[in-house]
Amino acid sequence: MISDLPGLPGTGAAPGIVAIVLVTVATLALGTYGLRLSRTTSDFMVASRAVGPRMNAAAVSGEYLSAASFLGAAGLLLAFGAEMLWYPVGWTAGYLVLLVLVAAPLRRSGAYTLPDFAEARLGSRAVRRTCALLVVAIGWLYLLPQFQGAGITLASAVGGPGWLGPVVVAVVVLVNVTAGGMRSITLVQAFQYWLKLTALLVPAAVLLVVWWGDGRPGDPASTAATTAWSVPLADGGAQGLYLTYSLIAATFLGTMGLPHVVVRFYTNPDGRAARRTTLLVLVLLGVFYLLPPVYAGLARVYAPGLADSGSDGLVLELPGLVVPGLGGDVLTGMVVGGAFAAFLSTSSGLAIAVAGVLSQDVFTRPFRGTRLSGVAGFRAGAVVAVVVPAGVALTGSGAGVATTVGLAFAVAASTFCPLLVLGIWWRGLTPAGAIAGLLAGGVGSSAAALVTLYTPASDGWSDVLLRQPAAWSAPLALLVMVGVSLATRRTVPAHTNRLMVRLHTPEAVVLDRG
Amino acid sequence: MLRPRLLRSWRRRHLGTDADRATFRTLHTAALASPALRAGLTRDSAERAVRHLRTLLGTPAVALTDTAGLLAWDGAGQHHADRVPDLVQQTLERTGTRAFGREDLHCAESGCPARTAVVSPLFVEDRVVGTLQAFAPVSTAGLARATEEVAQWVSGQLELAELDDSRTRLMEAEVRALRAQISPHFVYNSLGAIASFVRTDPDRARELLLEFADFTRYSFRRHGDFTTLAEELRSVERYLLLEQARFGDRLHVTLSIAPEVLPVAVPFLCIQPLVENAVRHGLESVEGGGHIRITARDQDQECLIEVEDNGVGEEPEHVRRVLAGDRSVDSVGLGNVDGRLRAVYGDEYGLVVETAPGAGTKVVVRVPKFHPGVHA
Repeated sequence: MISDLPGLPGTGAAPGIVAIVLVTVATLALGTYGLRLSRTTSDFMVASRAVGPRMNAAAVSGEYLSAASFLGAAGLLLAFGAEMLWYPVGWTAGYLVLLVLVAAPLRRSGAYTLPDFAEARLGSRAVRRTCALLVVAIGWLYLLPQFQGAGITLASAVGGPGWLGPVVVAVVVLVNVTAGGMRSITLVQAFQYWLKLTALLVPAAVLLVVWWGDGRPGDPASTAATTAWSVPLADGGAQGLYLTYSLIAATFLGTMGLPHVVVRFYTNPDGRAARRTTLLVLVLLGVFYLLPPVYAGLARVYAPGLADSGSDGLVLELPGLVVPGLGGDVLTGMVVGGAFAAFLSTSSGLAIAVAGVLSQDVFTRPFRGTRLSGVAGFRAGAVVAVVVPAGVALTGSGAGVATTVGLAFAVAASTFCPLLVLGIWWRGLTPAGAIAGLLAGGVGSSAAALVTLYTPASDGWSDVLLRQPAAWSAPLALLVMVGVSLATRRTVPAHTNRLMVRLHTPEAVVLDRG
Repeated sequence: MLRPRLLRSWRRRHLGTDADRATFRTLHTAALASPALRAGLTRDSAERAVRHLRTLLGTPAVALTDTAGLLAWDGAGQHHADRVPDLVQQTLERTGTRAFGREDLHCAESGCPARTAVVSPLFVEDRVVGTLQAFAPVSTAGLARATEEVAQWVSGQLELAELDDSRTRLMEAEVRALRAQISPHFVYNSLGAIASFVRTDPDRARELLLEFADFTRYSFRRHGDFTTLAEELRSVERYLLLEQARFGDRLHVTLSIAPEVLPVAVPFLCIQPLVENAVRHGLESVEGGGHIRITARDQDQECLIEVEDNGVGEEPEHVRRVLAGDRSVDSVGLGNVDGRLRAVYGDEYGLVVETAPGAGTKVVVRVPKFHPGVHA
């Protein structure tokens, strides 16, 4: 942990605590303001105006930019070099694939969650249940690095033992999600995006000014090391090439399968608005992801030692290292607040998505004659959704924040990507084919994820294939889905053609969508 | 030697006698055929049911027909299919089960197991809608009896299907009635209120007239059982604008809407009647005029809509009777909305009404964001 390093200037607990409290208070205050109120007849029409693409795009970005983006990306860049730029590139470009292939038809399907889409498209409860299972798996895998990241943030800002961070964070998220109702309000999430952007942009600008004032010093490392650092491919020849392409596959294809992102598209009034929202998300994320490389580059100059001593804390430490005194404290407070917002928004969104699926498909089903009410079911779901990944975060796996996020993307790319793409663009998909493909991709990629999380890394091809499974597991899932669907051609749902018309016809076209 | 007998006695006690088990088997087969038949007599439902009917009858071949010709055939002897319309015609000439022998079927193929037929008509409300045809090597009195019994059972299922159908039609008629119900009073009063502005405030009169036009266009639209909450609320807003033009300060309205739930698909005209009730109740309260509050909340997978007034309230027993479908009480809107919500989303999504005399009324509508088959 960074805070254990001796001689860091101005890293007292105060700025961090102040920032965290401010972010929490602002979030809760905005949450109570989520309803649009109108008392006079003149603003009646305003009250029922749908959420615009701009607001929605900020909300999607706010929920999406997690601790991995805020902390992990810069750390990876510093430690491993320009090859890690593929993470921010992929995290953004995933929305391009989403925009082109999925956004509008998904909205037109009327589905709220991914299991909803599966049920609407294939009319099968079994597919729905398989999807629910996968949503929970992906949600947990994605929540895990949020808790890890929160642990790093808290330890760095406030100090204290390593277990404190995940516990505090899990409790805050749990209280936020269960007691406050379903706090995933568009306004709050949109605010979180601008908060995160500001928290990263302002210190970056100050650091750049300082760097300019210092006479624009270059990389203190040798020219050869700098050249190696800036190669956009992983080391190790063919293995490195595979790792890079697999990472690209996972991030490009995985975004569409993230449960907390998909539910946000429901807020768009129609397919066209869904596309505009996605386009704006591309812009917002593009702007945001310009910043982590700035931190990584400046850290090469000012704090090359961070690369070896836990690079996940780089963003939090760098402002204090470069700018001494009060100025450094303020900037540190900003990035700590931003990091806190990053984990709060993403993990709340994920916890809600997982809890929703758990409550709908598990806890509110009758069990031995009794059944929980909606709210009790949701709360039970939220507890399970948060406690399991928090527990895993406490037992501590060796993988870094961004690596674990990468695995969540790989599982999503190997399961929901084929389901969505084939479900939207191919009439021949059958329930049996969907289940077989989901299982093949899901079991393959999550087994790889577990192996990566719990065994030490080695250099063999088998380890490389497991560390970045998406390049083989996504095509595998796709092929199995197509193959089994062709073999069970007779069970193509009867309503397929009608549904396809609805998915692909703009709402403005007048026709009977029956 | 002992064990088989023990086993048999155990089975006898637990699964019943052989006769019992035959009965169970028969009932089970009938239960398998029944869902298809409950969809009415179509080619699709006949194809799904005919297999089970053949199991029930135990004959080599069974056919189901409507009054014109073959719907589905199961079993051997498919080459007789072209004779089926003829058999139907001959059966229709006189009511009752008829047997056809080898000379009627003229089978040239050797070893054909479908040389004779028993044809029994299917009735729905004393009207012949089709026939059940059982084919066998030789027709016996037993087969004739069995065919007739099965045909009667099938007729029963088809009558139930007709009942389901008429229930759906009734529901549709109720929605139509609800649209037509946009009460003459409201039209008359709105036009009166607008007229009163024509001289004093022509701009406002024009605006109100346009709102009125939009309101009626929405309420009288013909297509679609569902709409988005945004559209429904917009219509409610227009309605309230018109009512406020008429009542002025006596009617206060507060809307608080979570914009996230606006795209949710809801049954057409499911909020409007509740607001109309609230306005009526609210204005009945004596002091200070009516206050109406409409709230739409986002609750994860569901959307919660509340319509609240500070009016005179009602006896809970009275509301219970309305929701139970008692048509003698005058609150058609409430019962209708409740019935449609239950029909679409299931019983757990019925209306929740909180009221007591003198304490105002709050009606809560819960709608899932996604439900199979529901889209605006």
